[in-house]
Amino acid sequence: MGNFLLFENLILMSIHRSKSIYRALILLLCLISAPVYAQLNIEIFGGGASRIPIAIVPFADENKLQQSITSVISADLQRTGLFKLVDPAGLSPHAPVEVVYSDWANRGANALVIGRVVAISGDQVEIQFRLMDVAKKSQLTGLAITVPTAQLRMAAHRIADVIYEALTGDVGVFSTRIAYVLKRGNKYALQVADADGYNAQSIIEYTEPIISPAWSPDGSQLAYVSFENKKPIVYVQKLATRERRAVASFKGSNSAPAWSPDGKKLAVVLTGQGGSQIFLVNADGSGLQRLSRSSGIDTEPNFSPDGRYILFTSDRGGSPQIYRMPVTNTETSNAERLTFEGSYNVSPDYSRDGKDFTFIHRNNGQFNVAVQEIGSRQVQILTNSKFDESPSFAPNGKMILYATEINGHGILSAVSRDGQTRQHLSVQIGDIREPAWGPLPTWK
Amino acid sequence: MRKLLGISLIVLLSACASQTTQPEVDDLNAGAGAGSGGSDLMGSGSDRPSYFSQLQDPNSILSQRSVYYEYDSYTVKSEYRELVLSHARFLRDNASASVILQGNTDDRGSREYNLALGQRRADSVRNMMTLAGARDEQIESVSLGEEKPRALGHGESAWSQNRRTDILYRGE
Repeated sequence: MGNFLLFENLILMSIHRSKSIYRALILLLCLISAPVYAQLNIEIFGGGASRIPIAIVPFADENKLQQSITSVISADLQRTGLFKLVDPAGLSPHAPVEVVYSDWANRGANALVIGRVVAISGDQVEIQFRLMDVAKKSQLTGLAITVPTAQLRMAAHRIADVIYEALTGDVGVFSTRIAYVLKRGNKYALQVADADGYNAQSIIEYTEPIISPAWSPDGSQLAYVSFENKKPIVYVQKLATRERRAVASFKGSNSAPAWSPDGKKLAVVLTGQGGSQIFLVNADGSGLQRLSRSSGIDTEPNFSPDGRYILFTSDRGGSPQIYRMPVTNTETSNAERLTFEGSYNVSPDYSRDGKDFTFIHRNNGQFNVAVQEIGSRQVQILTNSKFDESPSFAPNGKMILYATEINGHGILSAVSRDGQTRQHLSVQIGDIREPAWGPLPTWK
Repeated sequence: MRKLLGISLIVLLSACASQTTQPEVDDLNAGAGAGSGGSDLMGSGSDRPSYFSQLQDPNSILSQRSVYYEYDSYTVKSEYRELVLSHARFLRDNASASVILQGNTDDRGSREYNLALGQRRADSVRNMMTLAGARDEQIESVSLGEEKPRALGHGESAWSQNRRTDILYRGE
């Protein structure tokens, strides 16, 4: 944990103190292509010995594009902490016949990425890439993608996904999106961005708070809580049309929306029948059904991937702890308590395989991201910051996105499932909070 | 702290209305004026119910609208009992009047859990009011959790101002 402290001190200086040329190169490229107010700040901690050394050669003719492809791929892979970028300086093969494998073996690279960009028409390009195995002197995989020039970053994310999947065996999540709330001055914006923080778009903007965004399982809609009408009300909004509807606007407070895995229902927390209790509503707002019954607070519901259980926070035992209850057609006061360490465990989020959940654990006045294996009940605390909130698992279960605070400034951060790697997503103006990692794209 | 009151109209109104000391009377007038489009507390020329003048009379306890709490507590302290009961009697005697009670918390911990804690504070005021003769239909208790702090920053001086329930009259 001592290293984590050191890391915290480095974060704000990372742009100025670039110790390796790789980092400098990546940061430089990011700065050049950054939108006006969103900027990625990458700092990697740990995992050094086990990282896969990979060389990524700038693609032929990519310098004619508005957006470098290989810089996006490099940043994606580096952010996972699983890869070590090997400098290709001086070598620039673009086809298998041009590769001298011994050159790359001598530089310590196990894998090599090469490719080229072919203009098809004014606004369409084809990107061809190959992933080469340096030891076996053969191609591992390859892909040709045709995209509009406006979607070059997305093409690069797809290539990074293919590389990641070929080398780790896990699903890549570089093509996914994240949602979060940006507070700037007195304005609150619910934003959706690529998983690396680029292409941020406001879905809705208000002068009143927005909290608790939740992705529909197909990624087409967001549920969230808005305070625009002097009280919390749950809305669902379609991303494509921006059309929205209130799904829980009952007397009292309405909050904490969570989608069922089939996307047909939402668990919400209502106070109209006394206390804060968990209910189920259809996604169109009809068919209200009570789920939990306790004399305490029951909130922050989160469905298991198979839809059979709900994790939630309850203080029925005296302090806020995480419980699990079965989802049935009747309300229940029965729930199994899952957390026992400490007096404050909140905000559960299942991993997509249902084996783990992440949550916030209070430890000596600090609020940290933790993860618990449901089977063994083994708990691991992953962060050492002060004010972590709202942890959200990546769809491949390898990273956890969360909100934290640096110098009184809200930022997003991500930590690997093993706690070895962390990255920060910072916005130059404003506070960013309430992150939710979206599902895999439907073509995956 | 005065500077923070401009965050929004709701914060402005509730903050100004909450003052319990005499020197703040001018702020009360300004706040009411901002809300109603004029500084005339009698509401002349409008169709506002006549009881608003009583609610906004700085000499009346009804002009006090905030109940503050101890850390990790939702019990209405004895010093706020008369304030809550006065509003309850007012609701009992003015059947057409209705309130929204907004519970608030400090910003430590989960936003959703704090929303539930703030609800408990609003509910505690509602329960006291209904026991004193106000009708259920006149009262909606809700929570703003940690989302609408009156005072910003970490530390007890800010936190103590944020642990509160505000009483807002509908149409005011």
